[in-house]
Parts: sequence; structure tokens; C-alpha cells
Amino acid sequence: MQPTSNAFKENAHLALNDATLQRAISKLGFQAARAAAIARLPEFDKLREQARAIKDHVLANLDLYLERYEAEAQKRGTEVHWCRTPQEARDAVLAICRRLGAKTVTKGKTMIGEEIAINDYLEENGIVPVETDLGEYIIQLRHEPPSHIIAPAIHLTKDQVSDTFLTSHRQYGKTRRLEEAAEMLAEAREILRAKFIAADVGITGANFLIAETGSSVIVTNEGNGDLTQTLPKAHIVLATPEKLVPTLEDATTILRLLARSATGQEMSVYTTFSTGPRRTADRDGPGEYHVVILDNGRTALIGSEFQDILRCIKCGACINHCPVYNAIGGHAYGWVYPGPMGSVLTPAIIGIEAAGHLPNASTFCGRCESVCPMKIPLPKMLRHWREKEFEKGLTPQRFRLGLKLWAWLARRPRLYRLATRLGMGMLGLAGRSKGRFRTLPLARGWTEGRDLPSPEGPTFHSLWAAQQGRGRP
Amino acid sequence: MKVGLFVTCLVDLFRPSVGFAAVKLLEEAGCELEVPRAQTCCGQPAYNSGDKADAKAIARQVIEAFAAYDFVVAPSGSCAGMIKLHYPPLLADEPEWAERAHDLARRTYELISFLVDVCGMDGVDARHEGKVTYHDSCSGLRELGVKAQPRKLLASVAGLELCELPGAEVCCGFGGTFCIKYPEISTRMVADKVKDIQATGAGTLLAGDLGCLLNMAGRLEREGAALKVRHVAELLAGMTELPAIGEPRR
Repeated sequence: MQPTSNAFKENAHLALNDATLQRAISKLGFQAARAAAIARLPEFDKLREQARAIKDHVLANLDLYLERYEAEAQKRGTEVHWCRTPQEARDAVLAICRRLGAKTVTKGKTMIGEEIAINDYLEENGIVPVETDLGEYIIQLRHEPPSHIIAPAIHLTKDQVSDTFLTSHRQYGKTRRLEEAAEMLAEAREILRAKFIAADVGITGANFLIAETGSSVIVTNEGNGDLTQTLPKAHIVLATPEKLVPTLEDATTILRLLARSATGQEMSVYTTFSTGPRRTADRDGPGEYHVVILDNGRTALIGSEFQDILRCIKCGACINHCPVYNAIGGHAYGWVYPGPMGSVLTPAIIGIEAAGHLPNASTFCGRCESVCPMKIPLPKMLRHWREKEFEKGLTPQRFRLGLKLWAWLARRPRLYRLATRLGMGMLGLAGRSKGRFRTLPLARGWTEGRDLPSPEGPTFHSLWAAQQGRGRP
Repeated sequence: MKVGLFVTCLVDLFRPSVGFAAVKLLEEAGCELEVPRAQTCCGQPAYNSGDKADAKAIARQVIEAFAAYDFVVAPSGSCAGMIKLHYPPLLADEPEWAERAHDLARRTYELISFLVDVCGMDGVDARHEGKVTYHDSCSGLRELGVKAQPRKLLASVAGLELCELPGAEVCCGFGGTFCIKYPEISTRMVADKVKDIQATGAGTLLAGDLGCLLNMAGRLEREGAALKVRHVAELLAGMTELPAIGEPRR
């Protein structure tokens, strides 16, 4: 996916003025659901500490656990593919599909699939990918990227989905415009059922890789993941190294946090553990089981100021609680991962030059960090990206100059007091009768959307000095 | 108890009354108060813009200016949070300064939480007839845990009825330089906030940070709303005869 993060401002402008989008994203109910779920789990904070410790331990010993995982997976007939770049991962997937003569590929939800744009690649090579998660299915029909990591079609209204189905399902003889969500679900289910059965290969993501058993785990709510991975000839898992946990026990610890943080469910409807391909005695399951482990810059973050983002379990809590995301939706961020976790991860993957706005598009309100089940210090890492930008001279020149001038003055208290006393005195005088400014040169950004309350006039320090002169202690 | 008042740049420049309200409250709480002259700003604009060198220089200046006090108090959760939580990591690679930063961090407090948690204040001698609502500014709330303290003191104000603001923990869209870098998004956030504020039916909006207050007051005025907007310290100090933020002055 070609990033448009450098057009973040323009993207946000369009999003803010898109009435349909605004209607769709105004109904996000995740915050209340999460709060209720956590209120029912008194040990939530203790679990967060445990979960953090698990991932920190893995990241400190990643080489050991990757080797252990590979050995256990191979023992059970799994083929593990190590890929440094998106191209290597795409080629690994394509090679499997080609060898099996695959015509169609079903897909469970995978953000790594988005990251490497696997659908486009398969299509270019004559293979038809079919998304089977309802949200992903809808946006695939509309040729749109996901706007949220757990709710990919959250930017759409029911009416839009209805229109999309009417246009896209005509080929299956469905010509009635559907009004109810349940009807749309039933129609999508009917159409997808045939796709599940016809598919040659199934691709899913992974919420965990478990070192002690060589298993991968996915959580879903629709059961599409299970059909995707058990029916075809081969199941391909797209994963990244930091998905590793040492044991089944560790996975269940983090699972207790995952759905509660994401949707407010205690558990997702399906939690599926996959360990190797179908064995001779098994009644069903894929004939081959492949795990593609894509790095794409992640392990380079270990030991850096951005290491903590590798604890992320992609629950979306930071996104759901971000006031910026809630104002503009996910597409404005311009790449695969929106919201706070995306604004930390995206520059690490596509480079800060291509993602410069993202770390800046935060008020540092800190709600993301406060809800993160893995206690990732998101604002701190956004600030580190701003430092990198400043060091590289990527901060806009005018802003940089203004900042430098202000800092120069702030480091000279006497001069600062003189300058501010004069400046505020004049501004205070100008704003005296109205109490506020509707417009003000150099403050257009502010006054476009709100008045600027006038300063009282004299500065505190000038008044204080005068009072002391009159004998205040 | 010798207290140094960190006035904050916004209070110094825009609303000295908040500084005098802080002085009054601190003196009533029995503090021996001084306002060091060598203070300007806490350096947060530089720090949050990635300009570490300037942020460090300003931090060192603040550390020097406030070396002699038992406590340092700021009428802002944002500036107090900057000193308390961010100076130590900022200066971590300069051992001597790091130690002094930790020492200052230990002594630094946001005004209202200082009055309640350190001075043991459990009420004020103030009157205010009518409904007020209170916005929890992000840094004070999430960095310093300022939440119960202002409510405790407001509960002691005679005649005051506190209407809790739905979404009081949601950012107002100020965000320091955010509001000038992304004015459109910021405007949308403050417009949403102002909707919630007006829905409470309160006649007065209070908060503990002047940045948020200027933002919300500015939007309320743009929409022609009649609410009065004040720093919580002004009301607690009984200084409500002053024109509210953004009101004409005679």
C-alpha cells in the first residue's frame, strides 16, 4: 500500500468534512464496552504487569525463543519461512500457492497481509484472494484499505454496505437491496460458504506464536478463521517475530487482556490454536501448514527507544480511545496502522520521512497509554520520533524558527520579562473592550476555530514586582 | 514551609489573576511564598517538539531557580507534570543535573493537589451560587492523578453545585503546539468538548490548566455561549468578581 501519511492534513480535512464518515465513526461503542469489562476484572492491572513482563522477557531473549519455536513447529510438520522484507514474504506465499496450483485463496484477518499488500500481489499473479472476515470482505468489495486494525469497515454506514452488496452480489443473482444488518450478514455468509469450499489455500494472521508447542493462535468472532485454515490444501500464517510467547500459559495470560481491551468481550467467540498440518488420524485440517515470519524492520527496534512498541498485541484500545482517531477515522493516517500504535510503528517500518505527520498528530493526552493492556508508553515514543525529526531537520522550517526564537528568549529571563511585558501590554489593551480576538495576525490557526481570549494586560511578574515594591514580603 | 511559585508562562502572560489566586490559597494554607525572578517557562513546547537541547537548557534554568525551596508549586498539571515526570529522563545523561532534576521532581506539585495532599486543606472559605462543571485536564489527571482533590475543595464552596461533565477525561484538543499544527482537528475536538459542557447546564466551566481553559473559552465564545470560564483556583480563592476568561474588562 502506497503511504499517504505525508498528506495527513489534507486527508484529515477531507475526513472532517465527510458527513457519512462522521456518522459512521460517531457510533464507536468500544470505550464503554472496555470499561465495563475491566470493571468486572479486579486483577486487570496485575495481569497487565504480568503480560508486560512476558513480552519484555521474550524480546530480551528473542533469538532463543525463535529457535525454540522453529524447532517445535518443524517437529510437528510445520514449514517456517523467515522473511526480512515484504517482497520475500510475498514470494514465499506465492511460491506455495503456485506449487499447489491455487486459483483462489481465502483469507482470515491479517494486518501483516495488509502490510505486504498480499492481495494485490496474488491478483497480479492470477490468483483470486477472498477476504472472509465480514468487515474485510466489505472493504475488499469496495477496494478500500481497513480503517481500524480490529474493525476494518468501521468507517462505513449500514447504507453504504447495503449499496456495496447490491452492486457486488448481482453476479450471484442477488438483486434485492437489503435493509437489515442480519440480512446482509446472511447473504455474505451464503456467498462466502462456496468460497471457503472452493479455496485452495487459506491465509490467516496470528495473535500469538507459542514457542513450547510451535503453535499459532488466532482470535476471531465469526468463525471465518477456522474455515479459512482447515478447509484448503494449505494454511499459511502471516506473523512477525514479536508475536512469540514462551508457553501456552503465557498466551492465556495475554488472552485475558486482549478481547477485554479490544471489544470489551471476556473472550473472543473463537480462539483457535493451530499446531502443524493435518495428521493421518485427523478428520480434517490443512494438508500443509506454513508460517511466514516477516521482520520488516521490527527486530532492529530491539534495544532502541522504540522497543516497547513490540509488546503491542494489536487490540486497538489506543485507537478506540484516541481523540484524534475518533475525529478523523483511520484512513487519514495514510497507511496500514492508524491511531497511536500506528503512529509509533509506521515511521519504524516506512521511515520517518514518509510518516512525519503521524508522531505529531497527538495532543499527548495520554489516554492511549492509560488503556494499553501492555503498558506501552505511546506518547513517550511519539516524542522520540519528534526528536528524530528535529535532529534530521524534518520539522517545518517556520515552526522550527519560531520555536528557536521563543527558546532563545525563554533562556534570558530579564529580556523575556521585558519583551512579554511590552507585548502583552499592547495585546491586553487591544483586547480590553471585547475581552477576546476574533482574528489575530500570526494566530490564524487558533482563530479559525475559536476566539483568542485577550490577556489581562500586565504580566504576573510585572504586577508581582510592583507589589513587592509596595512592601509585600 | 518555603514554597516557590512556578507561575507558568501562560498564567504570567494571559491571566495573572490565576497566579494571585494561587498566592492567596497557598498563603492561607500557611506557606511562606516566594516567586523566583529567573523563571520563564518549563520548556515543554521545546520538549514536545523534539528540541531536546533547548528543553534541557530551560530545565537547567528552572532547576537553578527553584533550588532553595521545600516545595515548588504550579497552577497547572501540565507544567508540574513536565518538571516532575519529564525533567529526570530529559537530563538522565548528565549525572549531576539528573540528580538535581530528581530532587526538584520530588519537591514539585500541581497547586490543588498540593493544597489537599501536602497542606491537608479540606475546604475553602468561598461562596459561589450556581452550577459549575469541571474538566479534568489530561496531564494533571493522567500524569499526576489530580482528580479527587479539586472536587474535594469545590464541595466545600458554599452554594456551589458541581455537575459532572460527561467525558471529563477526554482531551479538549489544546495539546500545546498541536492546536496550531493541526487547527482543524483541534477545532473539531474542542467543538465536541463544548457540546458536552453546554449539555451540563452549568453556568461556569472550571479546569486546572490555562491552556485548556483558553481553548475551551475561545470556542465557547465563538459559539456565543454565555458560560463563564475560570481556573479552578480563582473560584476557590473567592476571586470571581474578576471578569472571566475572555470577558470584556472595564
